[in-house]
Amino acid sequence: MNAPTSAVLRMDAVTRVHGEGATEVHALRSVSFGVHPGELVAVMGPSGSGKSTLLTLAGGLDSPTSGTVSVEGTDLEGLGAAGRARMRRTSIGYVFQDFNLIPALNAIENVALPLELDGVRTRTARAAARAALDEVGIGDLATRFPDHMSGGQQQRVAIARAVVGDRRLILADEPTGALDSDTGESILRLLRARCDAGAAGVLVTHEARHAAWADRVVFLRDGVVVDETGADSAEVLIDSGTPR
Amino acid sequence: MSVKQALLALLEEGPRYGYQLRAQFEQRTGSTWPLNVGQVYTTLTRLERDGLVVGAGADDEGHVVYRITDDGRDAVAAWFTTPVERTQPPRDELAIKLALAVTVPGVDVGAVIQQQRSATMSALQDYTRLKRQAEGGELSWSLVLDSLVFAAEAEIRWLDHCEARLRRAQIERPETLLDEILTEEADEEARR
Repeated sequence: MNAPTSAVLRMDAVTRVHGEGATEVHALRSVSFGVHPGELVAVMGPSGSGKSTLLTLAGGLDSPTSGTVSVEGTDLEGLGAAGRARMRRTSIGYVFQDFNLIPALNAIENVALPLELDGVRTRTARAAARAALDEVGIGDLATRFPDHMSGGQQQRVAIARAVVGDRRLILADEPTGALDSDTGESILRLLRARCDAGAAGVLVTHEARHAAWADRVVFLRDGVVVDETGADSAEVLIDSGTPR
Repeated sequence: MSVKQALLALLEEGPRYGYQLRAQFEQRTGSTWPLNVGQVYTTLTRLERDGLVVGAGADDEGHVVYRITDDGRDAVAAWFTTPVERTQPPRDELAIKLALAVTVPGVDVGAVIQQQRSATMSALQDYTRLKRQAEGGELSWSLVLDSLVFAAEAEIRWLDHCEARLRRAQIERPETLLDEILTEEADEEARR
């Protein structure tokens, strides 16, 4: 197991409260966990359990009321807004349920965008974007616009955009929600492969079948981590002949 | 489980002896339901008694080989063309446990549900890992794995459903509501 310090994402006693007084809502209560390189962690829970809040905080899009969120050892709060924005362009990749591609840009332009925003020269950015598209298996669709792609293809572009420039933290919010089950599975296979290649992934989902691709599953209820599964040896389980 | 029909179906491919049948059964089902060789031989004896297989002598190494009969072929065909019976629901320990947990006083049903959800999720993770490893391998084994995946997934969905219904019941249960109203009224009384 990796030492705690090597975690790509670390949340320590993170609490997020929305509103004040009578309308106060605790979206997260003292949540702690880490995600290491090579690891995919799934977060499961019913709607309103705090899954999306957790991901928003991990991505530096929102700040905790108390506790700390660190990405690659850096406390996001200490970075300030500009530093966090830079972190999002260089270290954190986001994958959404509805893909969030820019319709006026073609596939390669969508993928190159975060690099170009970060000041990378167009030619270099395009080359990296091309490599990322190849990696997710749609290098031949580089000049296609999102409207002319299937949902699965658009999500592949989104994953390429999330990993371009060797970003090591991938945050996926119900990435298979808008896809049929076969396409969804191929997206999970990609996320899994990316984590196996050294990235750290957080997958928010309410589908057990999809969460099962993760190394660990964290269960959230009312903003609290109520349980977590590790990974038992599959062979032992099958050999015993009794799955339960 | 229908060891009888499964062995007959394997014998349709040609004469086999006990160890071969066991090996082929386990290969196709990924050793998910291990068979012991004693079970195989008792089943073969019963099949022979019923006229569905006949002993075809021993091979060079002395293994007793069995061959399927015409009646045996008919039995296999009937098995494949008849749906698996569902007249009696199979005994489901988890459903029984939860049914009792919600009625026996003093049981933390939420904890029972979560504990099971975690355990089933771990199993589902294991099946998914095996599926990834088995990619490009034998179709028969991968279909058995899919069956395990779907069953585990259904169980988790059912547990989620139980949890949601319990929560709703707790909110809607009139006596709880009455208790709350009474406490609130008492609080207000005290403040005045």
